[in-house]
Amino acid sequence: MKNNSLQAFVTVLKRDLTLAYRHRSELANPLLFFVIVVSLFPLGVSPESKILQTLAPGVIWVAALLAAMLSLDSLFRSDFADGALEQMVLTAHPVSVLVLAKVLAHWLVTGLPLIVLAPLLGVLLFLPADAMLTLIYTLLLGTPVLSLIGAIGVALTVGLRRGGILLSLLVLPLYIPVLIFAANAVNVAADGLSVSGQLYFLAALLVLAITLAPLAVAAALRISLA
Amino acid sequence: MWAFFHRLASPRYFYFFTGRLLPWLGALCLSTTLVGLYYALFLSPPDYQQGESYRIMYIHVPAAWMSMFIYVLMAVAGAIGLIWKIKLADIIAANSAPIGASFTFLALVTGALWGKPMWGAWWVWDARLTSELILLFLYLGVIALNNAITDPRNAARASAVLALVGVVNIPIIHYSVQWWNTLHQGSTVIKAGGPAIHISMLIPLLLMAAAFKLFYGWVLLMQARCELLEREHNSRWVQEEVLSD
Repeated sequence: MKNNSLQAFVTVLKRDLTLAYRHRSELANPLLFFVIVVSLFPLGVSPESKILQTLAPGVIWVAALLAAMLSLDSLFRSDFADGALEQMVLTAHPVSVLVLAKVLAHWLVTGLPLIVLAPLLGVLLFLPADAMLTLIYTLLLGTPVLSLIGAIGVALTVGLRRGGILLSLLVLPLYIPVLIFAANAVNVAADGLSVSGQLYFLAALLVLAITLAPLAVAAALRISLA
Repeated sequence: MWAFFHRLASPRYFYFFTGRLLPWLGALCLSTTLVGLYYALFLSPPDYQQGESYRIMYIHVPAAWMSMFIYVLMAVAGAIGLIWKIKLADIIAANSAPIGASFTFLALVTGALWGKPMWGAWWVWDARLTSELILLFLYLGVIALNNAITDPRNAARASAVLALVGVVNIPIIHYSVQWWNTLHQGSTVIKAGGPAIHISMLIPLLLMAAAFKLFYGWVLLMQARCELLEREHNSRWVQEEVLSD
């Protein structure tokens, strides 16, 4: 049974990655959103490097958080519409394992490109070079947490017609700890101080999210499909 | 003991039991409020630093306590409804959310009114204020989800899951906000409230806290009874009850 579940995990992961690859034009949208939101700040606040430098960690992280949230909608939507989700819940495998595979696939196609783009935006906002690596670390640890917590919100709202706005209301307050620690780590790194404390905390949040979130998502999906 | 709880979980028994309980609860709530307010506004001495304006504490602190208490109670009731599928627990959880949100709002507003003369600002990004604000957002999320789902059973189950996720998150949010704040500003203003409170202020504070709890119980039961009648409108006892009046 254990092996079977692992197999199911891999199958779902492959399936979702293939699906994402076949619809690759949609994948660029959250990234474009990320870039555009960040580039609005110099226009709205000030092009001065000193100001942008202090804003950079917060702005990049808030934009990443919003982009992650907006991309979440596609996590279960099409599978819910065509009934695939129902079949997944009906299989003998633990739903939480399948959910974890789906979230991982989703993160690989939406979260990872965000991380690749982030240093570029850091340069645009004059983020010091010392902080660049920390920015990547925090995004690596933080964006999977966003996907996992967000998946709970999506699972709760997938059956609703206007779930989009509601989703942000449910999910954004839960994102606050990630934002606090990640943006703080980048800020502190820009001052040249050690950030291991913040990174450990983000890692702890990630471990907690990986263990608990799939269970909550599975419960929420069962309710949405009822 | 358990038999009592079992019976209480049946809508019909609950309705008639709380019907007899309500007048007592209401009377107790009103008298505690009156005694507490009299003690708070007239008997307890003015603060040596804050003068008379500290008296808003007797509303502010119990409201803040209630805001957290109700969230936990809502989550526990939600879990009970989720696990044992008790309809009454669903109703309790769903009706607790708006009351809890009101108490949170009250705590924020009284905090702002208190903050203006004390710190010279309506709002400070202090750790406690920020976590209270986030708590309000969490409440609003539960209420919004409850309203968005039309089927009452599914709405109750979905908001129970959300409330449970929130309960896991509240300590994390609380401590991360605290850490964020201390990293930003060093010592906080609110710490001035830290010194031990004198007994002449503690008694009215506890009286007011008890009054707020009674008020919550009173309002909650009234709403729960109302919703119970609505949901059970097809059962015979409801029809008999409504027609007999």
